[in-house]
Amino acid sequence: MLRSELIDTLHAENQHLTRRDMERLVAVVLETITQTLEAGARVELRGFGAFSVRERKARAGRNPRTGETVQVPSKHVPFFRTGKELRHRIDAASKK
Amino acid sequence: MAGSTANTQTVTRQDLAEAVYREIGLSRSESSTLVESVIDHIGDSLEKGEHVKLAGFGTFSLRDKSERIGRNPKTGEEVPITPRRVLVFKPSQVLRERVDSALSTKS
Repeated sequence: MLRSELIDTLHAENQHLTRRDMERLVAVVLETITQTLEAGARVELRGFGAFSVRERKARAGRNPRTGETVQVPSKHVPFFRTGKELRHRIDAASKK
Repeated sequence: MAGSTANTQTVTRQDLAEAVYREIGLSRSESSTLVESVIDHIGDSLEKGEHVKLAGFGTFSLRDKSERIGRNPKTGEEVPITPRRVLVFKPSQVLRERVDSALSTKS
C-alpha cells in the first residue's frame, strides 16, 4: 500500500470530507511523529508499535576503496519497535 | 505541529488526534476516529502481507524468517526458533536526515 492508496481508502470511508482533508490527515500524523522524534521523544501507539530514536556511537570506519581509516561520527537514527498485538497478527496471518 | 506535549514526553494517539484537531479543524471526536483509522489501515494492510510505503516517512515491510536454533540465555539449552513473519520499518532518507540533524551536533 502506498501513501496515495491509504488516502484513497480513508476518503472512500469518509465521503463527507474532501480528499484534501484526508491528505492533510495523513500529513499531520506523519509530521507529528517526525517532529516528536526530532525533539528526541518517543511515539507510542499501543497495539501497533513505538517510534523512538537510537544513538549510533562514533566509530572508526574504513574507506572500502582506499582502506584508509576514517572517523564515522555518532548519529541519531529513527527506530520502530512493533507492538505485541500487531506482531502476533502479522505472524498468525502468515501461517494461514 | 509537534503536539502540545513537552519535548521529553511520550506522544500517544491522543496527541496525534489533538494535532489533527488543531491543524485540520475537524471535531475532536472525528479527529480521534480518523487517527485510529490511519493506524488500523496500516496494520490491516500489513496483516494481508502487503508492504506499506509512506513517501517522505518510511516503509513498513515484512520479512519471512526461516527456522533457526536459538539458545536459552539462562540455561544454555538449545531451542528451535520457529519460522515467522516479522515487521521491519525502514525510515526514509528525509526522516533520517531530519532526525539526525535535529539531534546530532555536527562539527
